[in-house]
Amino acid sequence: MIKFENISKSYGQTAILKNISFEIKQGEFVVLIGPSGCGKTTTLKTINRLIEPNDGKIFINGKDITKENPVELRRTIGYVIQQIGLFPNMTVEQNISVVPRLLKYPKQKCKEIVQDLLKLVDMPYEENAHKYPSELSGGQQQRIGVLRALAASPPIILMDEPFGALDPLTRDTLQEEIKQIQKKLKKTIVFVTHDMDEALSLADTIIFMDKGKIIQMASPEEMLQNPGAPIIKSFLSKQIDNGSNGNGSQKLFAEDFMRTKVLKVPKTSRTLECIKLMSSRDVNSLVVINEDDTYLGTVTIEKIKEQGQPGKEIADLVTAEVITVGRKEAAQVAFDKLLSSESSYVIVLNDNQTVAGLITRTSMAKALGEALWGEVQ
Amino acid sequence: MSGALLQGILEHMAIVSIAILISTVVGVIFGVISYWVRFLDSVILGISEILQTIPSLALLALLMIIFGLGNITIIIGLVLYALLPIVRNTYTGLKAVSPHLKDAARGMGMSKMQRLFKIEIPLSFPLIFSGIKIALVNSLSVAVMGVLIGANGLGTIIYRGIQSRNMETILMGAIPVVVMALAFDFGMSKIEKRLIKRAK
Amino acid sequence: MSLIEFSLSSYNEVLKNLIRHVELVGISILLGILISIPLGIFLTRHKRMAGLVLALAGTIQTIPGLVMLGFALILIGIGMLPAIAVLTLYAILPILRNTYTGITEVDKSYTEASRGIGMTNMQTLFKVEIPIALPTIITGIRLSTVYIVSWATLAGLIGAGGLGDLIWTGLSTYNTNYILAGAIPSAILALILNGLIGLLEKILTPRGLRGSRV
Repeated sequence: MIKFENISKSYGQTAILKNISFEIKQGEFVVLIGPSGCGKTTTLKTINRLIEPNDGKIFINGKDITKENPVELRRTIGYVIQQIGLFPNMTVEQNISVVPRLLKYPKQKCKEIVQDLLKLVDMPYEENAHKYPSELSGGQQQRIGVLRALAASPPIILMDEPFGALDPLTRDTLQEEIKQIQKKLKKTIVFVTHDMDEALSLADTIIFMDKGKIIQMASPEEMLQNPGAPIIKSFLSKQIDNGSNGNGSQKLFAEDFMRTKVLKVPKTSRTLECIKLMSSRDVNSLVVINEDDTYLGTVTIEKIKEQGQPGKEIADLVTAEVITVGRKEAAQVAFDKLLSSESSYVIVLNDNQTVAGLITRTSMAKALGEALWGEVQ
Repeated sequence: MSGALLQGILEHMAIVSIAILISTVVGVIFGVISYWVRFLDSVILGISEILQTIPSLALLALLMIIFGLGNITIIIGLVLYALLPIVRNTYTGLKAVSPHLKDAARGMGMSKMQRLFKIEIPLSFPLIFSGIKIALVNSLSVAVMGVLIGANGLGTIIYRGIQSRNMETILMGAIPVVVMALAFDFGMSKIEKRLIKRAK
Repeated sequence: MSLIEFSLSSYNEVLKNLIRHVELVGISILLGILISIPLGIFLTRHKRMAGLVLALAGTIQTIPGLVMLGFALILIGIGMLPAIAVLTLYAILPILRNTYTGITEVDKSYTEASRGIGMTNMQTLFKVEIPIALPTIITGIRLSTVYIVSWATLAGLIGAGGLGDLIWTGLSTYNTNYILAGAIPSAILALILNGLIGLLEKILTPRGLRGSRV
């Protein structure tokens, strides 16, 4: 259905795609994955000619796409982008029917399409068709984004990290929906993501890319069993460690559940600086470290408000109330400590007493859920 | 002739500087009042907007009826004209200060005045400064009209040029006005950018 | 003579000048729109030139109205034509700048989506970019109009008529009535136009763009 022949693309000296060849069969769900800058999005965008390769040929149903008018080509290929890109000046109905209208379908037909598609995602027409994108939640917006791509029933749909900006729960639901839709409508889907979870649960075939080359192209099962390169292993490692079934829990450590993005400040910081930082990041406490980066304690916004003086250092306000655990401590121990603690998080320390991350009640709940029920298939 | 030009430039600058100085003081005070007294904000901002919407010649002519001919009248006109950008930017700047910071300052026992001068005004200064810039650049141009109500400045040279239909004389008066406006715009924009960077 | 007596006796003269004033403003704004919106759109497609053209328009804006009218008087003569030429020039910048920034600031995700689903450049412009930028463009038109109503009072100086004519007569003969008869209607005209276009701005903002989300 889609065939890449020796595609190369470079910007000046930088080669983005290096001689890529592969073929996608009709009705296949193909996921392009790899570290950022690997060329996956570029590959996707060459299919609808948003990016023109320097070398090589792409065929759709045997036809060289460079021979076709790019505008008309795009109207026959659905396209969903990460930022959703619903037109804010158009209603849900207008957004969904935008391509059919470009193709000059009769009005009644456009309306039918919208009605049918909204049914597909359980969003009643009367309730939703005349809303504007700003009146919908993020998940609903991206549902409409997907429907817009489906509207002119193109055989091929391109999706560029479509669920990347959504919260995990919504993402799971949408993944399931898109899989259902694909099965029902038998579309060929090319899907870009950097989330191995997403790739494993959606793909018929995964194409793993790195530095402009295809490292491995295989089914999810095969990729799990025989990862073709160390980098693929490291992408998969999380999945293997988690075990994705209830028996894996004894293997789990605190480090598997921690968030590594932690706001740290030196103990010599001034009160106002800290408050500014907290307000800009929307948090109410900060982790405080010594000059040698080792963990000292935490400081809360209440404490600064009660006892702080403008321009003073925060060292005197730091407390050690929050519980710490080592990163190799069993996850269960870490969870017990978190549950019995006053604080909403525990701090995970490296062996040398520097801060590795923290575990919040949310990250714990998510981990427990996965251990109990497994990953959503 | 160059003596007259120099005199014109100096008078022009003097009139505009005095006006902007007064306007800054008055404008910041009104900005603070509209920030403190919630229900006055739309009144104060509304009046400043109306003042700026009135055609400049009309405003100056009306002021002339009250204050007579001369430099005082053009200065008053420029002050009224310059109020809007300064009041508005002061008000928006103060409003934009993070509520956490205001809270924290209050929690540390700062008085309303201390908060204003130690936290709120310093943090909104880049925006206030930008308001002053807009007012100043605008005033340099409006001040030319002072000649129509008997004031000094570069307007006198330009007007003489118009009356004698002498392009050179008009240019002699006009070029310094434009150069000053562009120079202040450029210089103050640079400072503004630095202020904003520092604030981040 | 009191103001009331004056108004009654010079009713026709005031009305005539008011109409002339509206004509001057209307024609210049219309010309300004016709020049600036296409030029602004052109600049969004040729960004290299944008800096230069906007700087030029910005410089024109700093030239005092009196000076421009002086030039026009010498180069074109007296009457409505030189006045309209000058006023049009002043109308350009705010509309041009707002058209340019309005369209430039349309989020890339919208234009990428519109290209990706197969809109031509023209369709992207008319169906996506202009509707989203419309409120900003109209703000530009409002700013221009307020400017032009103001500068048009100076047109009386070069024999183009308008309310400035009355103010000017008042100033040169120290006749308060004339000043008021010119100044008050021109101020009211400016306020009304400002309000009306402000209203238009609200009405023409696509519903999906009103409210908090940007």
